[in-house]
Amino acid sequence: MMHSKRKDRHRWRKFKSALVSFGTFAAAVSVIAPLGLVFFHLLVNGASSVNWDFFTQLPKPVGSPGGGMVNAIVGSLELLVLASVVGIPIGVLGGVYLAEYGSARGNSMLRFLADVLNGVPSITWGVVVYGLVVLRFKGFSAYAGGLALGIIMVPLILRTTEEVILLVPNGYREASLALGIARWKTIVHVVMKTASKGIITGILLALARIGGETAPLLFTAFGNRFWNHDLSQPVAALPLQIFTYAIAPYDDWHRQAWAGALVLVIGIFCVNVLVRILTRERARTTA
Amino acid sequence: MTIAAPMPVSERSASARMTPPSRFGDKAFEWLTLGMALVVILMIFLIGWQLTRGSSLAIQKFGLRFLTTSTWDPVAEEFGALPFIYGTLVSSLIALLIAVPLSIATAIYLTELAPLWIRQPIVSLIEMLAAIPSVILGLWGIFVMIPWLRNYPFPLLKKLFGWTPFFTGPILGPSMLAGGIIIAIMILPIITSVSREILRSVPNLQREAAYALGATRWEVTRIAVLSYALKGLFGAVILGLGRALGETLAVTMVIGNTPQIAASLFKPGYTLASVIANEFTEATTEIYLQALVEIGLVLFGVTIAVNLLAQLLLRTMTTTSTTRAVQ
Amino acid sequence: MKTLIMTNLSMSTSDPIVLETRERGTETVPDTEEVPLTFRIKNLSIWYGEKRAINDVTLDISANAVTSIIGPSGCGKSTLLRSLNRMHELVPGTRIDGAVLLLGENLYALDVDPATVRRRVGMVFQKSNPFPTMSIGENVTIGLRLNGVRDQKFLNERLEKSLRMAALWDEVKDDLHKPGTSLSGGQQQRLCIARALAVEPEVILMDEPCSALDPIATAKIEELIHDLKAQYTIVIVTHNMQQAGRVSDYTAFLYLGRLVEFGPTTKIFTNPSDPQTEDYITGRFG
Repeated sequence: MMHSKRKDRHRWRKFKSALVSFGTFAAAVSVIAPLGLVFFHLLVNGASSVNWDFFTQLPKPVGSPGGGMVNAIVGSLELLVLASVVGIPIGVLGGVYLAEYGSARGNSMLRFLADVLNGVPSITWGVVVYGLVVLRFKGFSAYAGGLALGIIMVPLILRTTEEVILLVPNGYREASLALGIARWKTIVHVVMKTASKGIITGILLALARIGGETAPLLFTAFGNRFWNHDLSQPVAALPLQIFTYAIAPYDDWHRQAWAGALVLVIGIFCVNVLVRILTRERARTTA
Repeated sequence: MTIAAPMPVSERSASARMTPPSRFGDKAFEWLTLGMALVVILMIFLIGWQLTRGSSLAIQKFGLRFLTTSTWDPVAEEFGALPFIYGTLVSSLIALLIAVPLSIATAIYLTELAPLWIRQPIVSLIEMLAAIPSVILGLWGIFVMIPWLRNYPFPLLKKLFGWTPFFTGPILGPSMLAGGIIIAIMILPIITSVSREILRSVPNLQREAAYALGATRWEVTRIAVLSYALKGLFGAVILGLGRALGETLAVTMVIGNTPQIAASLFKPGYTLASVIANEFTEATTEIYLQALVEIGLVLFGVTIAVNLLAQLLLRTMTTTSTTRAVQ
Repeated sequence: MKTLIMTNLSMSTSDPIVLETRERGTETVPDTEEVPLTFRIKNLSIWYGEKRAINDVTLDISANAVTSIIGPSGCGKSTLLRSLNRMHELVPGTRIDGAVLLLGENLYALDVDPATVRRRVGMVFQKSNPFPTMSIGENVTIGLRLNGVRDQKFLNERLEKSLRMAALWDEVKDDLHKPGTSLSGGQQQRLCIARALAVEPEVILMDEPCSALDPIATAKIEELIHDLKAQYTIVIVTHNMQQAGRVSDYTAFLYLGRLVEFGPTTKIFTNPSDPQTEDYITGRFG
C-alpha cells in the first residue's frame, strides 16, 4: 500500500522534472527564435538588393530610385580606424596595468568602474562628444564620431586584455626576468606576445560591437550623402544610413535599408566567426 | 654529446655588448599603463561634468520640476521630462516581464537540464543574437514585427484584456508595448549569459549532495542551485534593466515617439534615449538643446545607479568569468 | 684521489648506509681551504610578511663546483636559491637581512639593480618553460637580444656555443626555426639551460631541474651539469637525495629555514655531524 504511494509520488516528481525540462527548452527556443526571424527577413528583403550598385554607387537624390551605399561603407571603416586610434592604446595598456601592476584593492575598484562604464548608454557618449568636439570646432566630423566610438571601446578592450594577460603562466615572466631582462621588456616582448592572440580577439570583438553602433554617431559624425575624405567634416556610416533610410517614407530607401542591414550583419558575423576560429586554435595549443 | 672547448671565464664578450640595465624603462612603462588605466576614472568624470555643464541653463530654469512636469513644448520653451521617464520605465518593465522568465529558464536549461551536445550550439546562437545591432532589430521591428503585432497578437490582447486600462484604444502599431517587446529581444542575450555564468559558478558539491539524496534533476536545480544563486540572478536581472534603460535605436523605431503618459500599452510612447536621438539635431534654441542634454544627464544618472547595483550584486557571487559575460 | 659517489641508499633505519665507490676520471674534490669562493652568504634571513622563511644562514659556495641544497618540503630551499639572484623579490612583501656577496660584491646593496645580478646569476626552473611564441633559436638568443645585443653574427655564434654547451646542438641544429615547444621534455629543459647560458652568467642556479623528467632525460642533464662545472658555479636544489649524491661536490642541508649542516657531499652522506642530517639522509623523516 505504502509502496505504491511512494511509487506514485516518485512518478509525479519525475514527470514534473520532465515538464520543467521541456518548458525551459521551449524558453531556449523562444530566445533564439528572433535571431532566425531577423536573419530570414534580412535575406528575403535584402539579398536581392545587395548588388554591384549597392557597393559602388552613392545615394541618389531624395525620391529618385537606385543608388548605393558605398560612402557609408567606407565611412564606417574610416570611423573604425579613428576609433581604434583612441580605443586600442588606452584599452590595451590599461589592461596591462590591471594585470601586471597595481594593488589588489585599487585594481578591483578600476575593474568595477570599467564594468559600470560598459553599461552607460552609447547615446550618452554622443551627447558628451557633441559638447566636447562638435560645439568647440563648430561642426560635425568624422573625428567626433571616431572619438565617441573609441571611448566606448576602451572599457571593453581593457577587460579582455587584462583577462588574457592574467592567463599567461607566471613561469614565462620568471624565466625572462631571470635572464636579466627588464620588467617592462618582459611584459611587452614575452607576456603580451604570448597573449597576443587573445588581445587581438578582444579588439576584434570590440570593433564588431561598435561597428553597428548608431546612436553615438547621430550628432557627431552626423552622416553624409556624398563622398567625404575630409575627416573634419561629417561622414556617412552604414548604421546611420540604414536608420535614415528606414524611417523615411520612400519604398526604395526601405529596400536599400534592408540591403545595408544585411551587409552590416554579415560583416559583424564574419568578425565573430573569425574570433571563434582564433579562440579555438588558442584552446587547442594551450591544451 | 659533444661539448665545445670551455670558454675562458675572463672573456665576457656578451656582457660587454649588452646595454646596461636602467630602471627608467620600468618606471616609465608603469606610469604609462597606469595613466591609461586611470582614463576609466577620467571618463566617468567627463560624462558627469560635460552633461551637467551642457544643461546648466535648463537645470537653473526648471529645477526639480523638470522631473515632474509632463509638458514638452519646444515652442513655448517649457520642458518637462516626465513622459520620457514614464516611457523609459514602462517599456523597460514590460521588457523585463517578458525577458526575465525566458532568460532565466534558458539559463537553467543550458546549465542544468540540457543534454551536453546541444549546449554550445545554443550558446553560440544566443551570442549571435547579441551581436545584432540595435538599428537592424529596429528595421525588422518596423517592417516585420509591427505589422504582425497589429494583425494578430494585439487584437487578441484587446479581445481578451480590453476591459483593463492597459489594452484599450486604437491599435496603430507603433506603441509602448512594441517598444517593450523589442527591448526584451535585445536584453534576452545578456540576462541569459550572465545568469548562465552565475549558475555555473555554483559549486558542484551542492548539486552532488542533492543528487545523493535522490532528488530529480529539477529538484536538484531548485534546491541546490537556485537558492544559492539567487543574489547573482537578481544581479543579472538588474544588469538587463540597465541595458534596457539605455536602449535607443530599436526603441525609437517602434515606440511611436509621442510624449504622452497613457495607461494603454497600445498607445505610442517616448523614452529618454529616444527623445535625445530624435530631437537633438532639430533643437533650434539653446534652452531646447540644454533640456535634451539634461535628459541625457537624467538617463546617465539612472543607468549608472542601476549598473552600480548590478555590479555589486554580481560581485557577491563573482568569478572573473561572471563579469566577462557582461560584455 | 678517488671520488666517492653514492649510488645506493638503504632506506632501512637499522642497517648502516651502504656505499659503492666508483672511479670517475681523475677529477679531485679540492680542499675547502684553498678553493676560490663564488658566493659568501652571511647571516641571511628572509621574511615573507610575518613568516620567517630563512633563518640566519651563513654559507660559502665554492667556484667551479656543484653545491646542492637539500631538505624536506617547505624548508626554504627554493627561497635560499632564489635569494642568490634576487628572484625571491618577485613575491611582494619580502624582507631581507644579512648579505649575499657575489665575488665580494653585496647583491643587496642599495645601488644594485636586480637585472644586473640576474645577468650574472642565471636560473633554470623546475618546469621547463621555453617561450611559446618563439622558435628554438629565438629562445636561446632572447636574453641577448632584449638586453641590447644587435650584432647578428655575434648572436649566431652565441646561439651555437650555448646549444653546444647544453649538449643540444646536434639534435636541433637543423631545426632552429621550429617552435621551442616542439621539443621533448628533456630537450626543452636543455633548451632552457642554453637560454640561460647565452647571456654568459658566472653562476647557474637550478631549482629541481629534473623533477619533471624521465630517468633518461635526467641522466643527460646530470651529465651536463658535470660538464658545465668546469666553467660555471652551479647551485642546485633537489628533493632527490640520490641525485644530490650523484652530481654535487658540496651539500647544504636545510631544515625549517635553518642551515643544519654543510660540507663536502661525501661527508654529509657518509658521516654527517648533525643527528638531524643523519635522520633525514636515512629517511627517518622527509
